[in-house]
Amino acid sequence: MRISTFFYTLKQGIVNIFRNKWFSLASIATISSCLFLFGLFYTVIVNFQYMIRNAEGEMSVTAFLQEDATEEQIQQVGEMIRGRAEVARVDFISDEQAWAEWAPENIGEDYMDIYSENPFENMNSFEIYMNDVEQQQSLVDWLQSLPDISEVHYSEVTATTLTGMNAIVAYVSLGIIVILLLVSIFLINNTVIIGISVRRQEIEIMKAIGATDFFVRSPFVIEGILIGLVGSLIPLAAIYFIYIKVMDYVGIQFPALTTLLQFLPVQDVFKLLLPISLGIGAGIGFLGSFTTVRKHLRV
Amino acid sequence: MGLFGKKRRKKRDSGEAIVLENVTKSYSKGVPALDGVSITVKKGEFVFIVGDSGSGKSTLIKLLMRELTPTSGRVVVQGMDVGRLKHRQVPKFRRNIGIVFQDFRLLNDRNVYENVAFAQRIVQTPAKEIRKNVTNALTVVGLAGKYKAKTRQLSGGEQQRVAVARALVNNPPILLADEPTGNLDPKNSWDIMQLLDRINRERGTTIIVVTHNREIVNTMQKRVITIRKGVVISDEEKGGYIDED
Repeated sequence: MRISTFFYTLKQGIVNIFRNKWFSLASIATISSCLFLFGLFYTVIVNFQYMIRNAEGEMSVTAFLQEDATEEQIQQVGEMIRGRAEVARVDFISDEQAWAEWAPENIGEDYMDIYSENPFENMNSFEIYMNDVEQQQSLVDWLQSLPDISEVHYSEVTATTLTGMNAIVAYVSLGIIVILLLVSIFLINNTVIIGISVRRQEIEIMKAIGATDFFVRSPFVIEGILIGLVGSLIPLAAIYFIYIKVMDYVGIQFPALTTLLQFLPVQDVFKLLLPISLGIGAGIGFLGSFTTVRKHLRV
Repeated sequence: MGLFGKKRRKKRDSGEAIVLENVTKSYSKGVPALDGVSITVKKGEFVFIVGDSGSGKSTLIKLLMRELTPTSGRVVVQGMDVGRLKHRQVPKFRRNIGIVFQDFRLLNDRNVYENVAFAQRIVQTPAKEIRKNVTNALTVVGLAGKYKAKTRQLSGGEQQRVAVARALVNNPPILLADEPTGNLDPKNSWDIMQLLDRINRERGTTIIVVTHNREIVNTMQKRVITIRKGVVISDEEKGGYIDED
């Protein structure tokens, strides 16, 4: 392709958008609304998953060691626990540390002196944080089978609730994304069909004069991609501002909720949402124009 | 000096521009649109193809443009067997034929210059040549002064002249005009026909004009091929318009 032809094609693609401004606006609006819904839903899901992950991260399993466990045995058990894939972090809590942490909160510093001895003596433990709460039961079973472990404390209900919520969020999000995509395809297909009638004659003239399929198609495809990109930038910008506003609003109006509702930072949301939305927008624009023109090239 | 300076083709080149050998085209089980048609048009000839609606003229044009392929027989244009062309070869083939339609088919959102330049861009003419060629073509049709005008601002006759310029600008050996005067008043019709005649004489371009216009056919005294119900019923040098009955 000549450079001049390339620039001509590019220019035609851009000029076409303005030439058919109503059609372009309709296409941009369709893509924007679909991607806005998609982006909104994506943002809610990733935040929800982020909150669940945070809750999971704060959950721990406590494994108490046998009273007669030697330092060497304790170290060995610690290494074994750390070596497991589902384990994210292991903290050793000595009996003194446990008392020092527990007592001030629960009986108050003033009354601690009543106890001449550490009531937790020889109750050394490991605080185990997991990277996947679903694996909790198998970890607990394994810990209980270790001879140097006397007891394991954990919250089964919280773990299963979190696991269940994770699964529900995954299924619901998949379902809604599929529905959104189907709706988008339907809407975009309709918009493109309207667009064809406007362009049929132009394509016919080009073909009659002897334009190659590539030459006919290129401006339409460029136009489609640009419309798709604009159609995806609008909802991205909208979601960006809405997100920041909502975060501020919740932070100011409901400060008590901030420990529970921990929002993902906006840049983390957009790290994936930006390329995905731009990709879907450009992809829809490309496929829409490519297939539409193809139907009319067989003349 | 010819219309296109150095690019002027030798007049009345020997050989055949178009050959139809026993061509039949059927759309379905019904009566064939063309039935065993054989026509030879020499390079540089000016030919009228005459027939009433439904006679098979449109099918003939579509076969020449390779919008259709024959059910049987052969269509050869500029030495190329049209029926054997692959889809990807069609664009290059069509550049042999400049086409003028009854309804002009201009791009109404562009000006006169852009409509003609459009045909040059399609064949990827270098940018600096486009201006020269388009100006030449517009000069030929007498519209060089209106190159900036939007096509909607032009009269029917002027619009058809833009279409002729667009058909000519790529310097095709054949110019096919499908009812070029169908939407024009008598004066503009004559102007267009005289323009086509001049292009034929000066450029040596083979011209095929499909028409209903009895007066023009009878006055111009060119070769006339008459088709009726898919069959060639008459083919005369310096012929005239043959009435239905």
